[in-house]
Amino acid sequence: MRALANRPLVAGCLITGLVALMALASFLWTPYDVTKLVVADRTQAPSFTHWFGTDHFGRDIASMIMVGARNSIAVALVAVGIGMGIGVPLGLFAAARGGLLDEALMRLNDLVFAFPALLSAIMITAIFGPGAINAIIAIGIFNVPVFARVARAGALSVWPREFILAARAAGKGQTLITVEHILPNIANQLLVQGTIQFALGILAEAGLSYLGLGAQPPMPSWGRMLFDAQTRMTIAPWMALFPGMAIVITVLGLNLLGDGIADLLDPKSRRRR
Amino acid sequence: MSLLEIENLSLSIGTVPVLNGIDLSVRQGEIMALVGESGSGKSMTALTVMQLLPHAARTSGRVLFDGNDLATASEEHMCTLRGDDIGMVFQEPMTALNPLKTIGEQVAEGIRWHTRSSRAEAEDRTRRILDRVGLPEAKFPLSRYPHELSGGQRQRVVIAIACALKPRLLIADEPTTALDVVLQAQVLDLLRDLVAENRMGLLLISHDLAVVADMADRITILRNGRVMEDGETAQVLSAQTHPYTRQLAQASAHVPEIRAAAAARNTRKPEDPDSPLLSVRNLTRDYPGRRLSLFRRGTPTRAVDDVSFSIAPGRSVALVGRSGCGKSTLARMVLALDRPTAGEIRFRGETLTGRREAELKPARRDMQVVFQDPYGSFNPRQKVGKLVTEPLHLLEKAPTRAERREMAAAALAEVGLGPDALDKYPHEFSGGQRQRLSIARAIITRPQLVVADEPVSALDVSIRAQILDLFAELNARLGIAYLFITHDLTVARAITDEVMVMKEGRIVERGRTHEVLDNPQSDAAQELVSAAPDLKRALAGRLREQG
Amino acid sequence: MTAYLAKRLAIAAITLALASVVVFSVLEIVPGDPARVMLGMNASEAQVEQLRQQMGLDGSPVQRYLHWAGNLLSLDFGRSYTYSVPVIDLIAERLAVSLPLALIALALSTAIAIPVGLYAASRRGKAGDAISMGAAQLGVAVPNFWFALLLVYLFAVWLRWLPAGGFPGWSAGVWPALKALMLPALALALPQAAILARVTRSALVDVLSEDYIRTARAKGMPWRKVLWGHALRNALIPVVTIMGLQFAFLLAGTIIIENVFYLPGLGRLIFQAITQRDLIVVESVVMLLVATVIAVNLIVDLSYALVDPRLRSRA
Repeated sequence: MRALANRPLVAGCLITGLVALMALASFLWTPYDVTKLVVADRTQAPSFTHWFGTDHFGRDIASMIMVGARNSIAVALVAVGIGMGIGVPLGLFAAARGGLLDEALMRLNDLVFAFPALLSAIMITAIFGPGAINAIIAIGIFNVPVFARVARAGALSVWPREFILAARAAGKGQTLITVEHILPNIANQLLVQGTIQFALGILAEAGLSYLGLGAQPPMPSWGRMLFDAQTRMTIAPWMALFPGMAIVITVLGLNLLGDGIADLLDPKSRRRR
Repeated sequence: MSLLEIENLSLSIGTVPVLNGIDLSVRQGEIMALVGESGSGKSMTALTVMQLLPHAARTSGRVLFDGNDLATASEEHMCTLRGDDIGMVFQEPMTALNPLKTIGEQVAEGIRWHTRSSRAEAEDRTRRILDRVGLPEAKFPLSRYPHELSGGQRQRVVIAIACALKPRLLIADEPTTALDVVLQAQVLDLLRDLVAENRMGLLLISHDLAVVADMADRITILRNGRVMEDGETAQVLSAQTHPYTRQLAQASAHVPEIRAAAAARNTRKPEDPDSPLLSVRNLTRDYPGRRLSLFRRGTPTRAVDDVSFSIAPGRSVALVGRSGCGKSTLARMVLALDRPTAGEIRFRGETLTGRREAELKPARRDMQVVFQDPYGSFNPRQKVGKLVTEPLHLLEKAPTRAERREMAAAALAEVGLGPDALDKYPHEFSGGQRQRLSIARAIITRPQLVVADEPVSALDVSIRAQILDLFAELNARLGIAYLFITHDLTVARAITDEVMVMKEGRIVERGRTHEVLDNPQSDAAQELVSAAPDLKRALAGRLREQG
Repeated sequence: MTAYLAKRLAIAAITLALASVVVFSVLEIVPGDPARVMLGMNASEAQVEQLRQQMGLDGSPVQRYLHWAGNLLSLDFGRSYTYSVPVIDLIAERLAVSLPLALIALALSTAIAIPVGLYAASRRGKAGDAISMGAAQLGVAVPNFWFALLLVYLFAVWLRWLPAGGFPGWSAGVWPALKALMLPALALALPQAAILARVTRSALVDVLSEDYIRTARAKGMPWRKVLWGHALRNALIPVVTIMGLQFAFLLAGTIIIENVFYLPGLGRLIFQAITQRDLIVVESVVMLLVATVIAVNLIVDLSYALVDPRLRSRA
């Protein structure tokens, strides 16, 4: 019941669900084939036949947005997976051990933080060439210290609590305490951070594809579509409008979801309305 | 006419009723105590007078200060009253001061705002009031920041802020609850003197009848937002006509019956037994000093200093002392949760010091722990069935699921809870019930020693009495020895055979509980005993005054 | 205070040294010969050999690193292969665009975010809070380069108030140059302002529930004075942290935004250097940006100590 009264959560779930559904549906059906170029239909304004219009190759923008969602979601999701998979254990380990090891891991974190995601993506691309995989790696690497910090800070706030002392008095070691007591108590924070990084990943992927460093044609991607639209703003503004809105709505949905989860799980953070 | 006159005040927050038709008055120069257990609405009454209630609060009734109704006063008018005519002191001195401003700025701010005086004048007044509350400028310059002061000193700053402009009404909301007994006595003395000097009215909010009996002229007893009884302090507390007053008074000096009977027979001297359960020899714990620079550290602080004692099987021993005296550090070392710098701990004749975690298992099985905070001592994400059985991890042979449930149910039965508790989460229980769960967890492996760190100090008096009964009963029935860490001498008196008094890391006095508390020898013990509020003594004093 | 300062400085220096090792190693793990990669398949052996010498690709990796790092410290970044000029000159020229752009964006974002955050926190739960935070929620979701396209469409194509792109250079006068930077700065600043406004609001809301706020009110201080005198300074610490992090985002953001507006800045330089495989320029610009991020983080750490006396008195 409390979940239903939580408007950000409901809105976030709905939007995120719809975008995910759209991406999945694109595997089965799209209004038009995005790989087929129909030069006769190029730069058509939105109409009943092409809801969001067509691009300079005559491809249906609505269909491209559907297929592009796959790429955005896949890149951002895998990048979050990389960040969580490496960052969370590192953060938990640093918090459990403390001392020099903690200090060393945190310095390593500082180091990665010194390379903004776009910059590391550019470096990686400069060497290995552009592509979706490199975008994933670059965004993923940037996610690692984010999750490591959240996990460490969360764990450090749980460790001094009395139930941890009780668990130690029950002879439980660091690993067991971390798994049984620390992790469940910071899972919320990790989940919330996960949705935030997911949203940031979508934005970063769009930026990389816009620069031509992400997914390569003919695979449609939202960022690439905006790049193509840029030089045609005067003749076909819809080419820029709809992919951009797709990004905004997806990111908005994820952020609302994150806020909703935070509100639901942590009564202290709930903003009284 | 009264300075403050609360008439038929009701208050609700959202849909939850908090106060229900409260009447209360404070006269000039008088100390009125508002007493109640947690949730009785006493703090909300204070915040209503200050008009600092949370946004969702709705009130009805009248709050007359000097004949003006504050309930309908504008915010501008309240701003001229607060800090000038009405001052307030809060419970938690550690968080009541802005960490980024000096104490001088924080005291002077209100003075400058209300009197429109110059910076120099305000600083002058600030100096005087800080000096008056016991923070002379020579030792505590105005440029000090709150984090450079101790809790007791910070509470003095808060009192200085409240009393800087000699308000006619002072409201003190549990002003000493966060302080140890010695500091409590000092702060109460200060408040009493300030009230007398300036002929202030004081509304003193407290849960502690003993404190109130000593301080207040009149008393109002609150329960669930209703006034149970009010009147002249000595009269109300000696007659105890209202059943709730009687219940409170009895609970606050409660001694479990089993113990009362045992105490009469108990004549054993606390000599060190031949085969002690626990023996501690020359135990010392140093904490590294503050880092002064990259390569230099300050001198280490010695939290526990060359402590030796032993506990016989089945004995209940109290460890008392002021806050920061090292008693919790000592307890943690006994529990092998902290490593001593030097010295030795033997449990059942085997040494614990320097052992690896795996080797400690058998000892841990027979030595468990109960903490103070019934809210913080459970993982909020685990069900009772799981958290009570946590120490079963220590058994040689892991019990089956069914065995675990059976053992958990048995442990719950020992502490007076039914097996239906197993599938609930800790937040579904009240504070007292949670402390029972905590005890169930501690006794599930049938230990021989339980270390209890302030196990009842977060509980209301009536609940505290029940938990003390439970401790006493488990001691008598299961023969569990206790090391009871407490700052509260009534608790020590209620359930322990022996008492050890600790000061600055050392044990300075040790003996049978009654003997030490009735006839303390060391300075530290005398200081504790004389500072400890005592309901009977305070009442006797009051009645004597009145002839 | 000095211990805190020394520790922060040491950490920054170590991070910078490690970062240089990372950047250097990245060059090392380039598949094949870096000189060959830069010159492409059509270059002659002699050209490759010449570049190899110029890049100091002979000797052991450690020797080469020390040589390279030594040069960096003396601000000798080498010569750009494509532009045939010292990289330091190239950077200096481009910095004249990127640095003002990032600073204007940061100033703009702070100037928008702090008042909005203050307003929302002090109107908590009311309509003003809901509207401004709803707008912020939307702003956080907008990619800056898309926002840039919309701005171009609105102000350059439709209203024709401002140029759609390009940069006349500071020699053409301050005003035309600033005009050219206006839209890019706005595009960079607004999404960051949305984030900062949210952080400011939530930091203030947290602080306003603290006990010392109640103490200040019990002193009789009016709400306005409590907000400005007590709450804001305490809320500043998380806000400054985010501002520091945002500077890194702004720097990275310039890479995209400069491409949208055809501004001859560092971002465009590094982007072009990649397509032209001018690795010397790439590693130099990356090092410069990383050093800037580290320096900004150091400044943030030091500003904590200015705000918070508790940090000043401990190591």
